[in-house]
Amino acid sequence: MSPTAISESPSTAPVTLAKALNKGLRRAMEQDPKVVLMGEDIGKLGGVFRVTDGLQKDFGDARVIDTPLAESGIIGAAIGLALRGYRPVCEIQFDGFVFPAFDQITTQVAKLYARSLGKMRVPIVIRIPFGGGIGAVEHHSESPEALFAHTAGLRIVACSNPVDGYWMIQQAIESDDPVIFFEPKRRYWDKAQLDETAAPSYGFDQAVVVRPGTDLTLAAHGPMVRTCLDAARAAEEEGRSLEVIDLRTISPLDVDTVAESVNRTGRLVVVHEAPVFFGLGAELAAQVTDRCFYRLEAPVGRVGGFHTPYPPSRIEETYLPDLDRVLDAVDRAFDH
Amino acid sequence: MTTRTPARSRRSAQAPAPDPVPVPEPAAADGHGAADELPLIQLLTPEGERRSHPDYPLDVDAEQARALYRDLVLVRRVDAEGTALQRQGELGLWASLLGQEAAQVGSGRAMRPGDFAFPTYREHGVAWTRGVPPINLLGMFRGVNNGGWDPNEKNFMLYTIVIGSQTLHAVGYAMGIQRDGSDDAVIAYFGDGASSQGDVNEAFVFAASYNAPVVFFCQNNQWAISEPTERQSRVPLFRRASGFGFPGIRVDGNDVFACLAVTRAALDRARTGNGPTLIEAYTYRMGAHTTSDDPTRYRGNDEVELWRARDPLARLRTYLVREGQADDAFFAEVEAEADELAAEIRAGCLALPDPHPLSMFDYAYTGPHAQVEAERKQLAAYLESFNDEEVAR
Repeated sequence: MSPTAISESPSTAPVTLAKALNKGLRRAMEQDPKVVLMGEDIGKLGGVFRVTDGLQKDFGDARVIDTPLAESGIIGAAIGLALRGYRPVCEIQFDGFVFPAFDQITTQVAKLYARSLGKMRVPIVIRIPFGGGIGAVEHHSESPEALFAHTAGLRIVACSNPVDGYWMIQQAIESDDPVIFFEPKRRYWDKAQLDETAAPSYGFDQAVVVRPGTDLTLAAHGPMVRTCLDAARAAEEEGRSLEVIDLRTISPLDVDTVAESVNRTGRLVVVHEAPVFFGLGAELAAQVTDRCFYRLEAPVGRVGGFHTPYPPSRIEETYLPDLDRVLDAVDRAFDH
Repeated sequence: MTTRTPARSRRSAQAPAPDPVPVPEPAAADGHGAADELPLIQLLTPEGERRSHPDYPLDVDAEQARALYRDLVLVRRVDAEGTALQRQGELGLWASLLGQEAAQVGSGRAMRPGDFAFPTYREHGVAWTRGVPPINLLGMFRGVNNGGWDPNEKNFMLYTIVIGSQTLHAVGYAMGIQRDGSDDAVIAYFGDGASSQGDVNEAFVFAASYNAPVVFFCQNNQWAISEPTERQSRVPLFRRASGFGFPGIRVDGNDVFACLAVTRAALDRARTGNGPTLIEAYTYRMGAHTTSDDPTRYRGNDEVELWRARDPLARLRTYLVREGQADDAFFAEVEAEADELAAEIRAGCLALPDPHPLSMFDYAYTGPHAQVEAERKQLAAYLESFNDEEVAR
């Protein structure tokens, strides 16, 4: 857990990421009557992960809208609502179900601000539970963030912990740009103290050093932040000081924070569940090489999924980066 | 090539409409089935004779009829100028509405100021009725922008090129109207080809489920580039609506009176909380799909001639003359106005400035984005380097 993100306030019990997101949504809905939620099973059921639990009861079915089972319909209708002055927050039930909406997201949502020469804003948030590690069936464990990051006009973010979840969902809703908001589904039940009276500690465009170190930088987002923190603790026992960066935002990518870190540590390993081929790690490796070429002690390492369809869950633990695979990449960086 | 079964006299539409069980007709070998034989709402025959319909009464006085005629003429002229500008290399592409003027003007004039239209890329006539300056339509066809107007200024969405996408936007907008408690309504324009798209069918589902105040206005112009309507549907398109749980109506899309009356009724139905309607405006694309298309490769001239006899302008002109509602002076005046408008469009088109290359970065995001800012800076420096070289020489 991010040490910088834990509230000092002892007055509240720790909350899960799912609950923190729920509280963030609730607060955004209280503050702006134009915020509406849309999605499949988000009303009475409260969403399959209960992120919208109780919101329809309190805000009514005009603001918490159970939709037909049609993802393109959800996003397309959200565009119309946005044009009418609403701020729709759409839930895509699982990562693998976003593709029926891929057309509306990439050809419409992403482009309308530019097509109207700035006259029409599309403040839509698209929440996507993503990533594997929960033993799910096919299409329930994917990490499609690179597919969206390749499209200009979208902001792509991923929260990794309850405190960030609470604040980042509100920042996403306040954003006048469309935001793809990735939620690490296997971390939904992680807990942290949350002080709702505090101000958010970080800007929406900011990566954060969540564990300082001197010998190598680990950069990750979403579910892999905890994995990297675990790896850093294990490495410490071996006498290596790893710095961990929670990227938090993928588009824009806060290369400044990573480059500043790598200029101190001289080594970078990027970790994500998504396949490494054409992935975030490749982009970060290129940009960091560009900016830190003479400070690098080793090539930028990448740890991630493979160029295969997401495997059946019985072998997903081999596909997903874990502490050992991260430390293996760390070893290679030091051996270079 | 293709031949079309001649339609029965349009007068047959006035007989009590037998409603045949919609058993799918096999597509005819020539690509055209019995669809042309079905009853359709008609208030003005191709011969310019006025008809009445019990469900769609329409009082049109002489002034209103002349105004509609003026619209049709001006819209056709806007379109002709677009085609001419493309042929002369001033536009990269133009999508002609020739033949569809009545469908667009009739439905467009049925809207109230607070209503909202979601067009395809061919709705130049609807744009005209909403007060969007024709020159605004040319930007994307000339390649100086990708739309460029404020949809909320005239309640006219940007043109949408991906087929059918806008029907969902229309439904979402209608859902917003419901939440505002307003009595505005929405029209979603699309074509026979779009009726096959998932988005259009999802739009039907959403609109029906939420009883949204939206009118689906399908201009069945018989051709989706080279594919006849029969390739899209085994049933007449208006009958699709019943499966979704709302009414479908086929109207003579070349009859501006009927399009006006039917659309107005559907909009009123929507704004009074009675939900969506599908209108199939049965019309014909007299020209090519776009200026890049060659329709002689897939359809015969006999079919085009058949539809020329159903021309939307000619029948209204005949009506105005027969009824003594317009004289030669009026027609001359409208022609002169059309000439003036065409000249204005031409001058405006030629005066459209190319955007500065760096402007591509301006509206990618509403605020700063690190990648965009870095690339803008790099490109600016690169472009600037050419100036330096010129100075050095």
